[in-house]
Amino acid sequence: MELKATETAVPKAMEWRHRKSTKPKSERIIEFIIKAGGLSSIVLIIAILIFILKESAPFLIKRFDFSEFFLSTEWNPASVVEIKYGILALLVGTLLVTIISMLIAVPLGLACAFYISEFCSPQLREVYKILIEFLAAIPSVVWGFIAIMMINPLIIHTFDVPIGLNILNASIILALMSLPLIVSVGEDALRAVPETYREAAEGMGATKWEVATRVLLPAAKNGLMAAALLGVGRALGETMAVLMATGHSIQIPESIFEPGRTLTATIAAELGESPKGGEHYQALFAIGLVLFVLSFIVNLSADYLIRGRKK
Amino acid sequence: MFKPSIHLLNKDIREKNFKNILSLVTFFLFLPALGIIFWLFIKGYPALSWDFLTQDPINGMTAGGIFPTIIGTFWLVIISVLVSCPMGVLAALYLSEYAKDGKLTRIIRLAILNLAGVPSIVHALFGLGAFVLFMNMGTSILAASFTLAVMNLPVIITSTLESLKAVPHSYREASWNVGASRLQTIRYIVLPNSYPGILTGVVFAVGRSAGETAAILFTGVAFYLPFLPSTVFDQCMALSMHLFTISTQVVGVPEAYPFATALVLILLILSVNSIAVGLRTYFRVKRKW
Amino acid sequence: MKKKIEIKNLKVSYGSKVVIKDLSLDIYQNEVIAIIGPANSGKSSLLRCLNRMTDFNNEVKVEGSVLLDGQNIYEEEDSTFLRRRVGMVSPLPVGLPMTIQENVTYAPRMAGCKNKAELDFILEDCLKKAALWDEVKDRLHTLATKLSGGQQQRLTIARALSHHPEVLCLDEFSIAIDPVTTMKIESVLHELKKDMTIVMVTNVINQAKRLGDRTAMMLNGEILDLDENSKLFNGQTKDSRTKDYIEGLFG
Repeated sequence: MELKATETAVPKAMEWRHRKSTKPKSERIIEFIIKAGGLSSIVLIIAILIFILKESAPFLIKRFDFSEFFLSTEWNPASVVEIKYGILALLVGTLLVTIISMLIAVPLGLACAFYISEFCSPQLREVYKILIEFLAAIPSVVWGFIAIMMINPLIIHTFDVPIGLNILNASIILALMSLPLIVSVGEDALRAVPETYREAAEGMGATKWEVATRVLLPAAKNGLMAAALLGVGRALGETMAVLMATGHSIQIPESIFEPGRTLTATIAAELGESPKGGEHYQALFAIGLVLFVLSFIVNLSADYLIRGRKK
Repeated sequence: MFKPSIHLLNKDIREKNFKNILSLVTFFLFLPALGIIFWLFIKGYPALSWDFLTQDPINGMTAGGIFPTIIGTFWLVIISVLVSCPMGVLAALYLSEYAKDGKLTRIIRLAILNLAGVPSIVHALFGLGAFVLFMNMGTSILAASFTLAVMNLPVIITSTLESLKAVPHSYREASWNVGASRLQTIRYIVLPNSYPGILTGVVFAVGRSAGETAAILFTGVAFYLPFLPSTVFDQCMALSMHLFTISTQVVGVPEAYPFATALVLILLILSVNSIAVGLRTYFRVKRKW
Repeated sequence: MKKKIEIKNLKVSYGSKVVIKDLSLDIYQNEVIAIIGPANSGKSSLLRCLNRMTDFNNEVKVEGSVLLDGQNIYEEEDSTFLRRRVGMVSPLPVGLPMTIQENVTYAPRMAGCKNKAELDFILEDCLKKAALWDEVKDRLHTLATKLSGGQQQRLTIARALSHHPEVLCLDEFSIAIDPVTTMKIESVLHELKKDMTIVMVTNVINQAKRLGDRTAMMLNGEILDLDENSKLFNGQTKDSRTKDYIEGLFG
C-alpha cells in the first residue's frame, strides 16, 4: 500500500477509526484483579484479627479473667502448683522499655532531624540519609546480638552491676533501632514547613535558634509528634532484640538495671514449647491480641496527627 | 565604627553553640552505625572463610559452616517477594489509578498503615494460625514465606504508590485524551515510567525480609536441620534464626562464630540495599522527563 | 447547516463550586467556534465535557446532555471511542515520555492499528500539519520530552490530529508557541475546517477574530453572547460586558 503524506484527505484504510472498542474480556478481568488487589490489605488486617481471635477464643471464653490477666504479675503457665496468666509484669516491661527508649530516642532523633533538615549541607545530608537507611536495615536479631555482646559488658563495666542484660540495655537497643524512623519522619515534617516561613522569620532578624523554636517547632508540631509515635509503635512491637536484651525474668523491675520481660518476647520464647491448642498456647495468642490492639491505637493516633498536619 | 552590642554577641555565640551541639549529636548518633559494622568485621573476620560459607554446621552447631542457613534465607526471601510483589503492585495500582477519594480509599489506607505497624511476632501468630494450621501447610518454607509476604506487603504498596505518583498526572491526561483506556494508560504510560522505583522498593523489601526473624520463628524455620530442603513444604534453616540460636541457645560456640554469622547477615543485607541504592541512582540519571 | 454538537442545559460543578450553570450551545458541522472570556469563566471545563475527560475527576458532577451527531455522549458506553472522535489539545505542552514517532502514532496504536505503512503515513502527515515535520524529521526516534516547549505543543497538536477526530477542541493552543509558528498552525486549522469541526478556547481576542466563524463570550459559567464574528466584533453585542471585554476594558 502506498500512501502519500501530502494527501490531506483521510485514507480509506484507517478502518480502526470507526471501530468501537468494546472492552475486551481480558481487560475486564485485569481491571477486576487490580480492584481485588486494592482490597488485599483490608482483607489481611481483618484476617490477622480473626485468626488471632480464633486461636485465642477458647482461652478468652473459658479461662480469661480480666483482673487476673491484666492485674496479676504472675505468669506461670507451666506451673504444677497453680497456673496463672497475669500479664501485668510483661505489660510493665513492655511499657518501661518503650518509654525509656523513647526518652532517649525522641529528643536525640528530633535534634538530628533538625540538624539534617536545617543546617546540613546538601552533600552531608545525602551521607546522613544513606547512614539512616543503613541503620534502618540492620535486622533486629543483629541488634539483639549487639545487646548481648557489646552493650551488656558495657553496662556491667560502667555501672558496676552484676548483669548487663536488663531494662536499660533493651531501652538503649530500642532507642538505636527507632532512631532512623524518628529522624526520617521528623525530617519530612520539618521540610514540609514552607520555605517562606523561614525566610519571613529570618528576614525579621531571627536567629536560627529562634526560627527553630518559634517557627519550625510549632509549624511541624504534629509531624514531629507523629514521628515520636511511630517510634513508640516500633519499640512496642519489637521482638527479637528485646528478647535477647532484657534478660528474661518475669517481674516488675525495680530499677533499670534489673532484667524484665516484654509481651512480644514472651510469645517468642514460649510459643515453641507450648503444645498447640493448649491453654498456654491460647493465652499467648491472647497476648498477641493485646499487642495488636496496642499497635492499632498507636498507629491510628500517628495517622491522625499526620493527617491533621496536611489539613 | 559600628560595634556589635553585647546582646548581639551573645546571640551570635548561642547561635553557634546551637548548631555545633546539633551537629555533634547527629555525628555521635551515626557513629555507632559505622562502629557496629567495623566491630563485627574485626571480631568475625577470623572465622570467615570459604568453608564457613559452604559447609554444614557440625558438632551441635559449634563448628562447621552456615551453608544451609544461607540457602534457607534465599528460599524464604525469593518466595515471599514473588507473592508480595504482584499483590503490592496491584494494590498500589488500584489506589493510584482507580480509587476514588471516598470512604473505601480511606479505609484501605488505614489498613495499609496498620498492617505496617503490626508487630512482627503478631505476624508470626497469624502465619501460624492461618498458613500452618488453617491452610494445612504445616511448618514449611511456604508458610514462612507467606508470613513474610504479608509483612512486606505494606512496604511494597507504599514504595510502589510513591513511584506511581511520581509519574506526572499530565501524562495520564494526555493519554486518555487521545482515546487510550485506563488500562492502556497504565500499561504504556504509567508502568514503563515507574517500574524503576517499584523495582527499588522491592529490592529494599528483599533486604528487609532477609533479616527478619520473629515472623518466621514458628512458621517454617527450624533451629537445626541435618538436610537441605527439597520442596517448599519442607522446613529450612535461616541465617537470622541461626544467629539467634547460636548466640543465645547453644553453649560452647566459639566467639568468632556468631560474629561471623552476624557479619555475613549484615553484608548480605547491605549488598542488597546497595543494589537498591544503585538502581535508584542509575534510573534517576536515565529518567525520561 | 447540520448541527454537530448540541449542548443542552449543561451544568458542571466541582464539589460545591458550580463552574458551568445551565449552558446550552449548538455547534455546526465544519465551523470554527471560538470561545473567549476571562479566566475562570468555565471555558476549559466546557471543553472537558465535550470528550468526557470529566470522567477521570472524581469531584466533577455533570448534569444536562451533550449530543454528538444526535447521540448523548454521556449515555455512550465506550468513552475511548468518543475521545477519538473528539480530539483535544491541552494548553500546556505534554510530550509523552517516549520517542517522537511513538508519540504521534500513540493514538492509532491504542486504537488497534498495526499497519506500519499507515502509521508512517500518519506520522508524517500529522507532523506536517502541526508545522513540526521539518524540525524533527531527522530525529523521530529521540525522546519527545527533550523537545522545547513550543515544539512539544506542536507535537501535542500532531498527536490530537493523529486519530483524525471529527471535532477538534483547542484549549489556548498558542500559549507556548512563537507568533510565526502560531500563524502557521492557524493556516493549517483553516485547511482542517474542511474535514472537521473546531472548538477553540482562546485568550487572544484577535485569534478568535481571525479564525472563528462564530464567537461565544463566556463569563462565570454562562454564555453572555454568541454571534457570527462579523457582528460580534463590529459592536453588535447583546451584552455590554462582551463589548468591554473585546475592547480590553476588563478581563
